[in-house]
Amino acid sequence: MSAAPLVSVRDVSKIFHRGSEDISVLAELNLAVEAGEFLALMGPSGSGKSTLLNLIGGLDRPTRGSVEVDGERIDQLSERALAAWRARHVGFVFQFYNLMPVLTAERNVELPLLLTNLTKRERREHARNALAVVGLSHRLEHYPRTLSGGEQQRVGIARAIASDPTLLLCDEPTGDLDRKSGDEILSLLQTLNEEQGKTIIMVTHDPYASARASRTVHLDKGQLVADQPT
Amino acid sequence: MKYLTLIWSNLRRRQLRSVLTVLSIFVAFLLFGFLCAIREAFSAGVKLADADRLIVRHKVSLIETLPVSYGARLALLPGVRQVTHMTWFGGIYQNPKNMFASFAVEGDRFFALYPEFILPPEQQDRWQQVRHGAVIGRSLAERFHWKVGDRIPLTSPIYGQPASQPAWEFEICGIFDTSKKGADTSGMYFRYDYFDEARPRGKGAVGWYIVRSEAAVGADAVAARIDREFANSPYETKAEPEGAFAAGFVQQIGDIGSILMAVLSAVFFTILLVAGNTMSQSVRERTEEIGVLKALGFPGGLVLLFVLAESCLIALLGGLAGLGASWGLLAAGNPVPQLLPLLYVPGEALAQGALMALGLGLVAGVLPAWYALRLRTAEALRRNG
Repeated sequence: MSAAPLVSVRDVSKIFHRGSEDISVLAELNLAVEAGEFLALMGPSGSGKSTLLNLIGGLDRPTRGSVEVDGERIDQLSERALAAWRARHVGFVFQFYNLMPVLTAERNVELPLLLTNLTKRERREHARNALAVVGLSHRLEHYPRTLSGGEQQRVGIARAIASDPTLLLCDEPTGDLDRKSGDEILSLLQTLNEEQGKTIIMVTHDPYASARASRTVHLDKGQLVADQPT
Repeated sequence: MKYLTLIWSNLRRRQLRSVLTVLSIFVAFLLFGFLCAIREAFSAGVKLADADRLIVRHKVSLIETLPVSYGARLALLPGVRQVTHMTWFGGIYQNPKNMFASFAVEGDRFFALYPEFILPPEQQDRWQQVRHGAVIGRSLAERFHWKVGDRIPLTSPIYGQPASQPAWEFEICGIFDTSKKGADTSGMYFRYDYFDEARPRGKGAVGWYIVRSEAAVGADAVAARIDREFANSPYETKAEPEGAFAAGFVQQIGDIGSILMAVLSAVFFTILLVAGNTMSQSVRERTEEIGVLKALGFPGGLVLLFVLAESCLIALLGGLAGLGASWGLLAAGNPVPQLLPLLYVPGEALAQGALMALGLGLVAGVLPAWYALRLRTAEALRRNG
């Protein structure tokens, strides 16, 4: 582990404006995540866990406070710089997989690599390696509609790790899966964390899922209420 | 290039919708190609007009004839270099559908006034020897599969048939080509001396004169001089440069350019709405996917370009196919040779059409592309939840 945390969220508040109404989702929140951690963010609906994940992933900006990842203040980056930062540092795994239905599994995984300077052959090689890691080497040419939910999520994870990002951010990655498939996904994430040293932040409602993480943080009404190793 | 697969894949997402949109654009550009061909057919005479050539006709109307004796008087006028005349015959071959442009001309002078028509010397000589001889343009020869030496019977809606003969019979002495691209080779020319002798009425009259003016004097000045010469006579003239004559002839039918522009504007406005609607629907359906692309690090500008490229691809696919089809169909055969003998899609219309297709794609895609650019990533992803 490095001396400074990989992720530092300091005094972050996030307020959404709905018409004349201001909705405070996060309030003066502080969080530090060390490199190599597998952190579960738990809390009831509306507690602000997905919003916090979006702030850490550079998908949104805090109303107040700062978000620093690997020594870089991402809340101060321009939109363009933030997009480039996301491409380099973050891999996203979504609850509903969010694969491109018109692309094969291999092409879906290749997507983030289009933003790199890799050649076509190198991109294909990286994509195939990532699909091999998630155990889908035999499904390269399959379109998402021909894959099961668990397989689609594994393609989503392959896409997230294809460009070897600093951080994996998972928003309820097992929320749309049955117990068995969910278990496989959690095992896969655990393997990526333990064997490849990936830093993972995972939002979940499920205590069974959070039990697979190395640390669990509980949020309620936009504030951190519990922080414990699992 | 590496993004092409993604753009192309998006077109295949809703195949029926994409195909229908491409088809609607195809039809619009097919129509554009045909209308440009029609405009070209009407305006070819103006474009190809010789600056020094004048048309001298009866002041009242082209239908009214002039005395053949005017030829000698015209030749004596200062500024006049060459003179010949033509008379409309309106030949019909076998049935009225096969009517084509045919004229009685002075065989020894006609080609001197129209140097753009190229006739081999031996065919020209043969024409001088055969009184009932005729020369025909290449496209007319191809239309009826006529060749040199053929004898063809014609009737005329004006002159009927010659006395004691069932039809006018002409021997094809030559087939001429043209040195000017787009010049008309769908006509037939036969000798006036034979025609005037054999026609049952109107002897000694000609349809109009063609005058070549001295370049130094100028066509307009010579035209004014000719009209003064015949003023207050039983056959007053209207002389004008060939280009003005051709333009006036087209104007009698109507302002073809404006009519075509009005039709095309309506068509393209409708197509713009169709293509714009398709793109808007397509982009709104993909809100989450656009959010994912942005989350993966695709900058907004690149996403905007994807949408514009997709829109342009649809427009270019339909547009180029439509233009190509209009060009190909008219190149394969003229469906109305009797009405518009020169019917082809000009090269500049094809280039203009391709640019219009690109413009259509850009305009149709600009609003959806702007929407994609402005879409906030977190908001787009939240819609999925």
